Amino acid sequence: MVERIPILKMGNFLLLSIQVDMHDQLALDLQEDLTAQIVKHRSRGVLIDISALEIVDSFIGRMLSHIAQVSRILDAKVIVVGMQPAVAITLVELGLSLEGIATALNVEKGMRRLEKMVDDDMILEPESGEARDISVEAGD
Amino acid sequence: MGKRETFPLKQETDIVLIRQRVRKYAEEAKLGIVSQTKIVTAASEIARNALIYGGGGECVVEACSRDGRSAVYLCISDSGAGIADIDRAMVDGYTSGSGLGLGLSGAKRLVDAFAIDSAPGQGTRVELWKWR
Repeated sequence: MVERIPILKMGNFLLLSIQVDMHDQLALDLQEDLTAQIVKHRSRGVLIDISALEIVDSFIGRMLSHIAQVSRILDAKVIVVGMQPAVAITLVELGLSLEGIATALNVEKGMRRLEKMVDDDMILEPESGEARDISVEAGD
Repeated sequence: MGKRETFPLKQETDIVLIRQRVRKYAEEAKLGIVSQTKIVTAASEIARNALIYGGGGECVVEACSRDGRSAVYLCISDSGAGIADIDRAMVDGYTSGSGLGLGLSGAKRLVDAFAIDSAPGQGTRVELWKWR
């Protein structure tokens, strides 16, 4: 059994690819590891590749939602990429819509989308010392 | 009667093994990729329920046929507290624990036939069929 899912740091981003059939504890450990890494590296975005996952059940679905929510609170964007078509069909029928989770078809598209999400976010951030209308931030 | 195996369901890693074996049976029954994914996902949901709420049990996987079509049959049973109100447990979003409440209702939608038998103190037995 695999004990940990490796998380790679690339610039402002964290990348991880789930290549194993995850047991529940592994999924819980991943949530914790990822959260710690986001804070440690001040990461702005996380890309999660699930193209090797043959199923996503409600437990893994919930883990992905948790990761997205916690990351948002830590000011990092999350994108899930590479879901197999059969997995997507099954997820919807199961009743999980993964609401609030950004997705992309593959790693390349996901990376571009993530960069854009983070760039758009940066625009909203005030330059140091610059006076600005506070209402712009309030709308974020 | 076709091939039949019984797997213990005592710890989380048993769920992973059950998923892998169900996948194997589904492939051998020549189910399509979507059907394979559905029965494996349903097995995962029900097995987790049996482990978390039922305190563990066992899972029987069997290759069978239904109306001349090859099929996979699963029977997942536990000897836990049982379910007092099955109708309520089958409603989307209802949970007695901390889950999403999609396990039973969701699994039922994913398979071709579904049966549940449970009573307080009697444990729970869920049967699933998926055919070609």
